[in-house]
Amino acid sequence: MYWFDKIKKKTGLGKKFTEAGEIWVECKSCKEQIYTSELAENLKVCPKCDYHFRIDVWTRIHQLLDTGTFVEKDKGLVATDPLKFKDSKKYKDRLKTALKKGATSDAVVTGPGSIEGRPVEVCFFDFSYMGGSMGTVVGEKITRTIERAIKNQMPLIIVSCSGGARMQEGILSLMQMAKTSAALSKLSKAKLPYISILTDPTTGGVSASFAMLGDIILAEPEALIGFAGPRVIEQTIRQKLPEGFQRSEFLLDHGLIDQVVHRSDLRTTIHQLLCLLKNDPVFPAEVNKKQKGLQV
Amino acid sequence: MVQILEFEREIFALENQIHELVSMSHMYDSVGDITHEIGKLHKKVRHMKHDVYAKLNGWQKTQVARHPDRPHTLDYIGYIFTDFIELHGDRHGGYGPSVVGGLGKFGDQSVMIIGHQKGRETQEKIHRNFGMSQPAGYRKALRLMKLAQKFRIPIINLIDTPGAYPGIDAEEKGQSEAIATNLFQMIDIDVPIIVTVIGEGGSGGALAIGVGNRVLMFEHSVYSVISPEGCASILWGDKDKVVQAAEALQLTAPSLLKLGVIDEIIREPLGGAHRHHKRTAILLKKALRKNLHDLSRLSPDELVHQRHEKFRKLGEVGFEVGA
Repeated sequence: MYWFDKIKKKTGLGKKFTEAGEIWVECKSCKEQIYTSELAENLKVCPKCDYHFRIDVWTRIHQLLDTGTFVEKDKGLVATDPLKFKDSKKYKDRLKTALKKGATSDAVVTGPGSIEGRPVEVCFFDFSYMGGSMGTVVGEKITRTIERAIKNQMPLIIVSCSGGARMQEGILSLMQMAKTSAALSKLSKAKLPYISILTDPTTGGVSASFAMLGDIILAEPEALIGFAGPRVIEQTIRQKLPEGFQRSEFLLDHGLIDQVVHRSDLRTTIHQLLCLLKNDPVFPAEVNKKQKGLQV
Repeated sequence: MVQILEFEREIFALENQIHELVSMSHMYDSVGDITHEIGKLHKKVRHMKHDVYAKLNGWQKTQVARHPDRPHTLDYIGYIFTDFIELHGDRHGGYGPSVVGGLGKFGDQSVMIIGHQKGRETQEKIHRNFGMSQPAGYRKALRLMKLAQKFRIPIINLIDTPGAYPGIDAEEKGQSEAIATNLFQMIDIDVPIIVTVIGEGGSGGALAIGVGNRVLMFEHSVYSVISPEGCASILWGDKDKVVQAAEALQLTAPSLLKLGVIDEIIREPLGGAHRHHKRTAILLKKALRKNLHDLSRLSPDELVHQRHEKFRKLGEVGFEVGA
């Protein structure tokens, strides 16, 4: 190792700045340089232009739920590669790589927790795990979460962040759309609220099933939300897509979602909605200032 | 013009030869009696067809499933049902021509028939948008299924679509919402629903009318989460790797039967449904009759329960509970 390598290693100088952050990162939208610490404190939203960075699943849990209340369930569910799928790489190997990269067992983390003291069952998508794609494990975890919500009479929240169905599990992935939607029909009959949160991106089989079935559907600003990906549409119709197409605000304009909610208001909005739906008094739910900037 | 698929070439060449021989023997007496020879050639053709069609790979089956001469929903309606009356519109500003539906008689039983319609001639293809539906098509389908439920009429759905339409207007009108709502509501329809994949079962656009008590599939039809072309270009980065992609996706009827996604395979006449519409329709009719009969024994509650159980189990082979 050369002497300057040693210095580089020690100081982190000359390293490529990634979203996960070194000292500062560039905002993808306004290109402003932001200090990582400042970004984290601002819930990973650009302080200059309000661009919502994609956040990892544990940060999301920390932002949304009361500290220390989340209990992860069905951690041990793992995909078995029933199709023995192989493209340029074996699916089995892709799974292994994804497992090494992230700490989760598949593309969704599920379990009970609470928001402002109200118990909820929640599913959080993990985009870093194969693009948050839905295969059998994701479908099963979500279905089990819905079933737990029914059993324990709790509201359901799903925070989607997914490119859609997982191709490597073929038709079985497609069937998870039907499986999760069927479970939601039971939740609906039990008259339990389901709030669906759409974050960037929510497309394909995920948007065409549970994500669009919320009693209330909220979306973070400027999230890409749609059935077909923009590239597929462009190739099909051979036209440039209009600006803002398939973004949260576009969906709001077309009557497809209830509200676009800034990340800093998400927790209070959910709490308020749950209180209103249950005809409970709405206490002023102040965001715990101390909690805001903390990292897990 | 008859479209000939790559692997059918030899079969067609031989069939043409037989045809020529026959017409020659009619024209010239000097040819003599060649009935025996022709009989032998016919036998050879049958063997060839049998061999070729028994060994079709996923991509070849996809081509058969998409064959322009393959019977479409309206063809089957003509062959199988009587007194058919088409019902139009989603009642929310949409027509949805890629999905057809209506009431008809199956024997002496009234049924609701709903299916994707691809279109055969150029103009019809455009009108039907090649079977790729707008949200209105799925909403119309759901409206008709609820109508059927109200009058306790069994539902027969035929799947034949490349997928839901990926377009600007489709997104504006809520393609995702339309498909999701169908999945959400179809599961609780308390009359029998029999779904048959007659050609191409393309992803969410297929599943949107695919939540049945029974899911049947024609021998040479395909059903997949994504087209082989789409899969090849995303995972291989090369849209020509369709053979590999189709193989990997396991989109053929025997594979899907093994995975528990479908309940039954309906045989096709030798050489594929596209060569023998009427005979194929008879095979479908038989399968529908048997399944309708089986399901008629279930009460409304049992039908809903059975459907819930069926879809709840899907994917059990895909995961295991680890440490």
